[in-house]
Amino acid sequence: MAETVNVVCTFCGSVCDDGQFDTEKFKSKKLCKLGSSKFSEKERIKAPMVDGKEVSYEEAIEKAAEILVNAKKPLLYGWASTVNEAIRLGVILTEKVGGVYDQCASVCHAPGTLAVIEEGLPGGTLGAIKNRADVVVFWGANPMEAHPRHGMRYSISAKGLLIKDRKQRKVIVVDVRPTKTAKLADEFIQIKPGYDYPIISALRAIISGNADAVPDEVGGVSKEKLIELAETMKNAKYGAVLYGLGVTQSRGRDRNIENAVKLIQLLNRHTRWVIWPMRGHYNVVGAGEVPAWEVGYQYAIDFSRGYPRFSPAEFSAVEVLKRRDCDAALIISSDPVAHFPRAAVKHLKEIPVIQIDPFPNMTTLVANVVIPSAIAGIEAEGTAYRMDGIPLRVKKVVESKYWSDEQILERLLEKVEELKR
Amino acid sequence: MTKTFGDGMLEVEVITGRTLNQGATVEEKLTEEYFNAVNYAEINEEDFASLGLQEGDRVKVKTEFGEVVVFAKKGEVPKGVIFIPMGPYANMVTDPSTDGTGMPQFKGVKGTVEKTDENVLSVKELLEAI
Amino acid sequence: MHHMLHIKNGIVIDPKNGVKAEKMDIFVKDGKIVEEGEISKNEAKVIDASNKLVVAGGVDMHAHIAGSKINTGRTMRPEEMRVVRLIANKFRTAVGRVLLTSPAIGYEYAKMGYTSAFEAAQPPIGALHTHEELDSIPMVDKAALPVFGNWHFVLKYVAEKDMEKLKAFIAWAIERTKGFGVKVVNPGGVEAWMYGGNVSSLDDQVPGFNVTPREIITSLVKATEELQLNHSVHLHCNRLGVPGNYETTVESIKLVDGIKNDSRQVLHVTHVQFNAYAGDSWRTVASGAEAIAKTVNAMDNVTIDMGQPIFGHATAMTGDAPFQFTLHRLTGSRWSNKDSEIEGGAGIVPIAYLPKNPVHALQWAIGLELGLLTDSDKVVLTTDYPNGGPFTEYPYIMAMLMSKKMREGELERVSPFVQKASNLPAIDVEKSLEEVIHMTRSLPARVLGLPNKGHLGVGADADIAIYDLNPLEVDTSNDFEKIYKAFKTAVYTIKDGNILVKDGEMVDEYWGKTYWVDARGKADMEAIKDDLNEFFSKYYTVELQNYGVEERWLKKPERIVI
Repeated sequence: MAETVNVVCTFCGSVCDDGQFDTEKFKSKKLCKLGSSKFSEKERIKAPMVDGKEVSYEEAIEKAAEILVNAKKPLLYGWASTVNEAIRLGVILTEKVGGVYDQCASVCHAPGTLAVIEEGLPGGTLGAIKNRADVVVFWGANPMEAHPRHGMRYSISAKGLLIKDRKQRKVIVVDVRPTKTAKLADEFIQIKPGYDYPIISALRAIISGNADAVPDEVGGVSKEKLIELAETMKNAKYGAVLYGLGVTQSRGRDRNIENAVKLIQLLNRHTRWVIWPMRGHYNVVGAGEVPAWEVGYQYAIDFSRGYPRFSPAEFSAVEVLKRRDCDAALIISSDPVAHFPRAAVKHLKEIPVIQIDPFPNMTTLVANVVIPSAIAGIEAEGTAYRMDGIPLRVKKVVESKYWSDEQILERLLEKVEELKR
Repeated sequence: MTKTFGDGMLEVEVITGRTLNQGATVEEKLTEEYFNAVNYAEINEEDFASLGLQEGDRVKVKTEFGEVVVFAKKGEVPKGVIFIPMGPYANMVTDPSTDGTGMPQFKGVKGTVEKTDENVLSVKELLEAI
Repeated sequence: MHHMLHIKNGIVIDPKNGVKAEKMDIFVKDGKIVEEGEISKNEAKVIDASNKLVVAGGVDMHAHIAGSKINTGRTMRPEEMRVVRLIANKFRTAVGRVLLTSPAIGYEYAKMGYTSAFEAAQPPIGALHTHEELDSIPMVDKAALPVFGNWHFVLKYVAEKDMEKLKAFIAWAIERTKGFGVKVVNPGGVEAWMYGGNVSSLDDQVPGFNVTPREIITSLVKATEELQLNHSVHLHCNRLGVPGNYETTVESIKLVDGIKNDSRQVLHVTHVQFNAYAGDSWRTVASGAEAIAKTVNAMDNVTIDMGQPIFGHATAMTGDAPFQFTLHRLTGSRWSNKDSEIEGGAGIVPIAYLPKNPVHALQWAIGLELGLLTDSDKVVLTTDYPNGGPFTEYPYIMAMLMSKKMREGELERVSPFVQKASNLPAIDVEKSLEEVIHMTRSLPARVLGLPNKGHLGVGADADIAIYDLNPLEVDTSNDFEKIYKAFKTAVYTIKDGNILVKDGEMVDEYWGKTYWVDARGKADMEAIKDDLNEFFSKYYTVELQNYGVEERWLKKPERIVI
């Protein structure tokens, strides 16, 4: 009998929790194109494999445990698309095998974390933005392609306590190209690639009364435009800067965010403003929060001395791989072969790789041990953190022959403990 | 400023990013749909014309860090900027240096783009080329 | 694990049961304290406690040990995490200076002889995160207090004077968050912060709502008392951190004059040190501790905790978002803020208490004044971890409260400002060992409403600490170094009858319970159904059906039905 149930979407950082899913037809309603693709039937990894040969879960996990225990310094990477319960086991596993824990934020929003270390994070939940924000600035962020329902649910046309109508909110997009989001905005400010930092500095100068120091044009934006933007920001009742990878992945990286946070600090001397990153994967926040409470840091954590050390310059996955400083890798719910620069991918081709993932991807092509897993949010439950840190329990709505990430890691941890005994 | 070299080669800044199609196919990396979602470069209309390109043509993108052949598409990007969806094609030419942050420079890498007759590699061929 | 223990020849102090340093044996079976006849002597493991102090395990009733605040603090302050306490072996690796990782929190409490710890501010929508962290803290029992004072449902029901709905809402919220009681942080002030403001008195109007802080506090106290929750309202007063705020604190305390509860206080005012400043600027600031202590002593229904600053590093983290912004402006330091849906907010700012800084020294003195001048039956020992500093320095506070000589030594190294701005130098009070044991065990257990905690009577949980200190011989006025050292690391820490620490070293890892209170039977839960549906569809970004924490998601939940 067909049944439609509520689902919590496990694609992007918006983690929309109002999805409807027909478990019989395997089809969703209400979700966006990304969510619908998530909640649809796709090719799966059929069975656990060791060196291309199908084996049982037990055999694959045994082999994976051997690889990890025999490695001097394994890299355990991914984590952004699984649940906290699995991540916690992953952190403990990395601690046990003296490896390096890193997660997808490292090539995504981690520069924002470095900025938090410098200046903090004056922010709010998406609900605070929906209820109160009369000015929203998307900076280097394109939610219409990366978080398609964000605007409707939280930020652009979302209505709430003080904002009862789209007209009561001014939406500004700052980007290097006229994105789909820019087309929905009340204003689009096109900047030259890599000029985020000086533009933010100019805004800070104007707001703190030093407009004289600002040249006629900064990063492709006229001084008049900058003054106008500064005024809009100062006159907002409650503003929100939502930034994306356009800021974290281009020149300046963490310093761009640091500067933006300083702008927000300054604006709070006049009115209320918050800033928040548009986090990508549905649980990339959990992939940082869980290790933070377990071992003190969010990413790029080395355990080779038996205690955690944090250093992105040394222990981020890209740096470790480029330096050939790991002799095995466990990749979970991620595809670094597709998403890392080639200089990093090269080393992954040369070392034993264990993959845990529901779907075949480019990393599958280089993996020695492949362990298929249940899809969190459809076939497995657990906790995930929305981009603003709000915890939501993603649901199991379909039975599956696949083991969940949590089950796989629990067994793997037991095996590792056995072998190390 | 966009410099033009002889033989229709342009100096550009390469940026990468998410797209809806890339996202919708990201869990099906070994399919035609994913291949089509990430194997192209969006080029400014004027640059597109100055390179003598037609829709469906291929271009070779070169940076200090590598080169890759992708399909050329007209796109809403500024002159002198090309956009390649995040994925294995873009990563053939992105800058792996992280400047101590752990984050490679995925956006704003200087390079060149030119028309080519070479084929666009499949995802698997691409992996072999790394 | 031994299911029977015979703790032999210890010197027991058990204030709740009137035991004042008596040599006696304690018997444990199946995790509980039992009569001698309940155990078979040849099966029981014998612990020789000769010449040692035997007390109930410590109860920390107010610390920020789990959830998004402390975790953002960790992220923001990697410099805090670089102190290595334990390399991974039989136990997890444990790191942290004042901010600690979850395993380190459990381990440090256990080493100190503490067996229960309460997270003092749980953002309701983040409840699941708080519980995930509580579930990662080994060794101790725990619980969390969800925050109510700026939640729009509360503001609405208080404005409408609808006590039935307010009661139902509290019962609903505590069940959904798997929380323990009603925490109130700067009532009304955090809502004002959403517009860039704060409140400056009990009678300010809260923007957007026809209510005042005074009405919020009194209504929540009334509702909590009608529901008969284990714990009273737990109040972080308005105007925290502002010179002159002691008057607001006194006024807030007096709000409950005449309200009665036979088993406990009806209002607990927390980390009072931060709300005990006289003067009208940081230049004229002085101690307001005496007036507060007098007020508390004169009432029979209010308790407080100290919020004692410890010189050294700390991290300010509270639900009092406007105060945190003020602190950021004052110090120029990093600042995190979180405005939370329609529930309130929070902020985090690093801080260090320096003995030569006049204001810091005064804060230190005020905390001690409160501890010394308030009746020992009404003041609980806390640092408001990590706001005042580490909980691992509780032994320092215990020793200071018992020794004027120790205080005189410490006063010599702090700013002389303390001499004129506080009464600490003139205070001769020296608390007894029994009083200090009460302030760290039986009193917080009573304040929280946990009858099986904080004492060693038959039927109590077998949470026991044994210290290398003979109360019959020690001179608490002069042997402060010995006292400090003895309370720093327990000779034995026993939790639910399990030996977790022996000779100051951990010997076993253990997972304690998480208490939560189910008061749904005491209110008409139907009364708020329509409001919940309306507010969730209009103002929340999550579905009502997906809000909250199910019991089966917790590691070891313990439901208390009232």
